[in-house]
Amino acid sequence: MGAPTGAPAASPYTLPAAEGQSMRHIISILLENEAGALSRVAGLFSARGYNIESLTVAPTEDASLSRMTIVTVGSDDVIEQITKQLNKLIEVVKLVDLSEAAHIERELMLIKVRATGKDREEMKRMADIFRGRILDVTETTYTIELTGTGSKLDAFIEAIDKAAILETVRTGASGIARGERVLRV
Amino acid sequence: MDPGTKVVAPELSGAEILIRCLEAEGVEYVFGYPGGAVLFIYDELFKQDKIKHVLVRHEQGATHAADAYSRASEKVGVCLVTSGPGVTNAVTGIATAYMDSIPMVVISGQVPTHAIGLDAFQECDTVGITRPCVKHNFLVKDVRDLAVTMKKAFHIARTGRPGPVVVDIPKDITTARCRFEYPDSVAMRSYNPTVKGHSGQIKKAAQLLLEAKRPMVYTGGGVILANAAAQLRTLVKMLGFPCTNTLMGLGGYPATDPQFLGMLGMHGTYEANMAMQHCDVLLAVGARFDDRVIGNPAHFGSVPRKIIHVDIDPSSISKRVKVDVPIVGNVREVLEELTRLLDGQSHKIDQKALKAWWAQIELWKAKDCLRYDRTSPIIKPQYVIEKLWEVTGGDAIVTSDVGQHQMWAAQFYRFDKPRRWINSGGLGTMGFGLPAAIGAQFANPGATVACVTGEASFMMCMQELSTCRQYRLPLKIVNLNNRYMGMVRQWQQFFHGNRYSESYMDALPDFVKLAESFGHVGIRVEQPADVEPVLREALARKSELVFMDFLTDQTENVYPMVPGGKGISEMILAEDL
Repeated sequence: MGAPTGAPAASPYTLPAAEGQSMRHIISILLENEAGALSRVAGLFSARGYNIESLTVAPTEDASLSRMTIVTVGSDDVIEQITKQLNKLIEVVKLVDLSEAAHIERELMLIKVRATGKDREEMKRMADIFRGRILDVTETTYTIELTGTGSKLDAFIEAIDKAAILETVRTGASGIARGERVLRV
Repeated sequence: MDPGTKVVAPELSGAEILIRCLEAEGVEYVFGYPGGAVLFIYDELFKQDKIKHVLVRHEQGATHAADAYSRASEKVGVCLVTSGPGVTNAVTGIATAYMDSIPMVVISGQVPTHAIGLDAFQECDTVGITRPCVKHNFLVKDVRDLAVTMKKAFHIARTGRPGPVVVDIPKDITTARCRFEYPDSVAMRSYNPTVKGHSGQIKKAAQLLLEAKRPMVYTGGGVILANAAAQLRTLVKMLGFPCTNTLMGLGGYPATDPQFLGMLGMHGTYEANMAMQHCDVLLAVGARFDDRVIGNPAHFGSVPRKIIHVDIDPSSISKRVKVDVPIVGNVREVLEELTRLLDGQSHKIDQKALKAWWAQIELWKAKDCLRYDRTSPIIKPQYVIEKLWEVTGGDAIVTSDVGQHQMWAAQFYRFDKPRRWINSGGLGTMGFGLPAAIGAQFANPGATVACVTGEASFMMCMQELSTCRQYRLPLKIVNLNNRYMGMVRQWQQFFHGNRYSESYMDALPDFVKLAESFGHVGIRVEQPADVEPVLREALARKSELVFMDFLTDQTENVYPMVPGGKGISEMILAEDL
């Protein structure tokens, strides 16, 4: 009894690459404010191989609910699966893909920069141009608060001297739909 | 939560409350193993006689038994394990139930709340470890939450797409006291599974079915779980369409019915796979187009066809295969509505086209793809299963382990009724068969329960022979002993140049003596002529467990076979080699 010839067949576990272009999506989720709910969401993304670009979460005005914003990248098929799988989590109450319609995104960055000599004035000017606020001042440093879309924060980092950056911390995007569209229970 | 309350009692301990909850849920059996963190629960079990505890020999056995109890009975299976290793041993069984969507509640002990996170003796992060393989899990941090949590656990386990739920209970919660009220109902704003299919979509589906020229009905475990076998049969009979079942769906449609084409998939019949590939309208019911069923999705998608997909789980729809008419809902209700819509309409089906389609299917059937050498002087495993089917009148509950024997059982034992075929389809858990047979026997005390296994799988949970002795379970164990991990060997033969790396079972025990040492009957069978008489003798021994060790052909392979990555119409048949 012989065996079929040729190269070993591809593993049945190898899924063909998802069709369609990968797009950035911003998904807003209302979930029960319970211990472990965050780990279920994060675990789902790692278990199924989905991307997380950023994730923010905090309780809402109703303390029993948390609002989470996830920025992810995937083809339409993958995003459809992500939203369905998220909805399956028992603690997820509601979700919406904000990128489906007009929406607003904001991210906060705190950036600590070296501010000495002639660079000190330049740094102040740059912060003003980007509508940043200087929160903390020492003889040698500024700590600047900047709010905007992720690309605006990126642009600020591009605009200043890299060598001057001491530390950055970013919150990741939070998002909300424009107009009458709301996500609530 | 807006519970009307049913059962009210004075202050009870957490352990007492737990037992009351199980009583209120109508639990008859709990499969478990005691340990430090659950001692108070076991103490309460001791003091009552409504709930019967089945003592297994390893926690994996408890989960498989509870799982199979559910599969064979429609009830929620319950198991009880201690913290730490008790839970980690149970994980394989929990994952098995999760992959096959089996409703099960696993109660695990935990170290006292004040010790959590301090690396206490027999502590593990149960909620963390089980999170990816449960439908949901809970850690009970306050005894006042216990009853509501148990109510939610059973509710979540059995509704929507069913699945296992773990309830982790710290030891101090089992001694803390509070008033016991068991809620009548449970309402969760974040969990409301869709039950009723969209009627517009169902109408569209009905129209597509009437227009079909080469129709095919493909059904899976969802039909079994939703108890929709009768509804499926009514619809398929009314339409006169061919029907196939997945491995998990066997028994969903009667296997001896002429409209049944056999199982489909990697080891499906030629006719089922060809009809699946070449149909123009596919009705998929409670099945999920997984890799073992449709092989390469791109190959499957290369043929134009319209697909109607009925499933309770929205995430199962368009996961691997894009479908045209998705219907999210309870399979039974959707089938009933489809039947109502199509009743009296079947004359609209193009009968000429349907006849031609059946003629094509008959040509595929003529391949006789399950043919094997019936003159062999060595016992053929297929023959053993055929005889098992004959001598049990096709009416046994059959559990299996995982591998070649599982596929032969699926191909050759023709299941006419649901909940008779119990196997680990999704996770593919070796060691499942024996503990599953235990659970199935408890669910059906009078029934013939046969465990079809192989020597490799059997040795993964054989300690449960001791459980079988304790409860005098008269299981019939059919060991297809080919001294190989047969399926591994088959893949190595086909795809790894006959290099049988570590797939040979050396130093096997004498299974006859092994069975006898546990107090059972063991019989070795080496001649084909002895197969039927031994099976008959085993069935005649109504009160004894009989272990039949069939020495089978070591070189036999499972055919047809769709190699990994290939399309389902690209099968290897026995005659090709």
